[in-house]
Amino acid sequence: MTSTFLGMPVYAPRGVGALRGDEPFPDAARTALGNGQLRRNLGHATRTIRGKRAAVVGEVPDWEELRLAGEAVKAATMARLPELLTQLEEQVTARGGTVHWARDATEANAIVLGLVRAAGADEVVKVKSMATQEIGLNEALAEGGVTAWETDLAELIVQLGDDKPSHILVPAIHRNRTEIRDIFRRTMPGVGDLSDEPRDLAMAARAYLREKFLTARVAVSGANFAVAESGTLAVVESEGNGRMCLTLPQTLITVMGIEKVVPAWTDLEVFLQLLPRSSTGERMNPYTSLWTGVTPGDGPQDFHLVLLDNGRTAVLSDERGRSALHCIRCSACLNVCPVYERTGGHAYGSVYPGPIGAVLSPQLTGVEDNASLPYASSLCGACFDACPVRIDIPAMLVHLRARHVEERAARPVPSAEAVAMAAMAWVMAKPARFRGGERLMRLGRLLGRRADRITALPPPLSAWTASRDLPRPPGQTFREWWRTRPEAPKPPAPPKPPAPPKPPAPPVSAEEDR
Amino acid sequence: MSDARDAVLARIRSALGPDPVVPEVPRDYRRAGTVPAGSPELLELLVDRLVDYKATVITTTAEGLAGDLRTALDAGMPAGGRLIAPPGLPDGWLPGADVTVDDGTLGPRDLDSFAGVVTACAAACAETGTIALDGGPDQGRRAITLVPDRHFCVVRADQVVQSVPDLLVRLTPTRPLTLISGPSATSDIELNRVEGVHGPRTLVVLLVR
Repeated sequence: MTSTFLGMPVYAPRGVGALRGDEPFPDAARTALGNGQLRRNLGHATRTIRGKRAAVVGEVPDWEELRLAGEAVKAATMARLPELLTQLEEQVTARGGTVHWARDATEANAIVLGLVRAAGADEVVKVKSMATQEIGLNEALAEGGVTAWETDLAELIVQLGDDKPSHILVPAIHRNRTEIRDIFRRTMPGVGDLSDEPRDLAMAARAYLREKFLTARVAVSGANFAVAESGTLAVVESEGNGRMCLTLPQTLITVMGIEKVVPAWTDLEVFLQLLPRSSTGERMNPYTSLWTGVTPGDGPQDFHLVLLDNGRTAVLSDERGRSALHCIRCSACLNVCPVYERTGGHAYGSVYPGPIGAVLSPQLTGVEDNASLPYASSLCGACFDACPVRIDIPAMLVHLRARHVEERAARPVPSAEAVAMAAMAWVMAKPARFRGGERLMRLGRLLGRRADRITALPPPLSAWTASRDLPRPPGQTFREWWRTRPEAPKPPAPPKPPAPPKPPAPPVSAEEDR
Repeated sequence: MSDARDAVLARIRSALGPDPVVPEVPRDYRRAGTVPAGSPELLELLVDRLVDYKATVITTTAEGLAGDLRTALDAGMPAGGRLIAPPGLPDGWLPGADVTVDDGTLGPRDLDSFAGVVTACAAACAETGTIALDGGPDQGRRAITLVPDRHFCVVRADQVVQSVPDLLVRLTPTRPLTLISGPSATSDIELNRVEGVHGPRTLVVLLVR
């Protein structure tokens, strides 16, 4: 233990990176739901990928065993994290790489900018990476006078469209082919009257980026996995832009969250089966690059690995939330989520959208800064079934809602919800109060007479009726009905058994309350 | 930055508490295939997977390889297109062909002037249609199988294993490795797969039975 550590969880800092939205989820979602084009694009894309995933998962006979192994490898990794990270550092260093540690986004950005400058470059090519999106690296590099070129097709669409990513795997999932064509026509010099055929669009991207790949001196990547025992890093991709970045420039800088380490080479046999089938619905993604430190005569001769915390240790400190760190960023939970399918990724505010984002973002930033996200779910459970490493997202959402309520309860001025809940608890504590409450509720019958439901209430109750109707209270309560119900017909008497021993009286009789 | 290192490690230790439980990993999945490497059914499966991902597959024999490779190059290379090969390609694969042997000095732009590359591979996995390159002398450095637009890759039957675990066991983690499953592709436009982006747009596999 050093003097630099005070013992409280340290969250990802405010003011840098892309973990916090400008408005709460319900407000952002309302805007998104009004966008019919967005809903059509998302519906089409998520339907396509769900079908593909189901087909390739179905052909693996030991899928559940792989999920169980993946879950356990990740849990074991978290428990051994200090030892594994130190081992990874030793191995990378022994094989010619340099390892840097970053407490947060600001520190990581500064490290990368310093390395780019040291390499004498004023631009970098980038492999798609969630970690560098999270820390706002491109913006930080731009402030330092360095241009970052995104080379993944979807990231390029987002970058050229001056847009934000809306999906972990396919950041431009909210765009259809015609919109993409329009962005390319507007921003790529010399593409002329490009068609909206996906193949033509991909070829336009190839031509646009080719020169960048051939001349780049520095590349920045993330990592899908890092093997502690050998120091091997892995990047899983499709287009070959990853290979270009990882192979051609002289300097390679990899930014990796500390949770991406795995203990052994053997563990990759689990994840390289789980990840491609869960993410793009392929048996194997077209390209996987694995490299260890520096190989003389092959690839970058200057390799830097930046190990990033940025709130991950805060996630780790919550025993019931820490398995959010097991995520391998496949995005299967987004594609099966009924909420994500309708609102899209932007509504979540954070670079991590969908179910996993709803549990990861609030834990990285502290629940207060992403308080609406744990509620951005119907708790239907589809995300858990789809998760290749069995993260129990629904249970975690409930846990985070509880954390949110407890943190708010500690405030001097309670929320309307807290007041309502306290009143409800008081009413429900005594049978007589409950009876009285039921009678009072009947006053509600004065409302909603026309539609037989209540569609609008004054503030603060409008918070409820803004998104749901309230049923009109019934004319008779259950208790009243029970007391006055017609006598139920008696069942035919069974053959008389030998007299049983008299059962003990129930501790509390419902009749006592009458 | 050793301050940051100490701080991050201390945060992790504090988050985990004094005695974190390390769970056992249940490895009840298939840790090895049931069919021996190179079996006819594995070769058939590999061909099926490769074709599914839009690779071209030519099945040949040790004796027929040179001839079939010649035919594949004639069909697949553009007129006047230059061919490059790694330094350790077996003798007799490319008799009389006009081929540049990579000496490691060509930069990315030089490599961009080549239309195709011929290599061997380190191993292949039938279930996923994956070919592994490990930078061995018959495969060369990674850049030569990346920048040229056509990759002609020779796979021997005995290199073909059944499953992903079988494949990884054959590879040395510390070598520069590339796992290739079909030609370059993207799913970034409406999540439809389109073959051919930045990597070689054409993958021709010569499977030597």
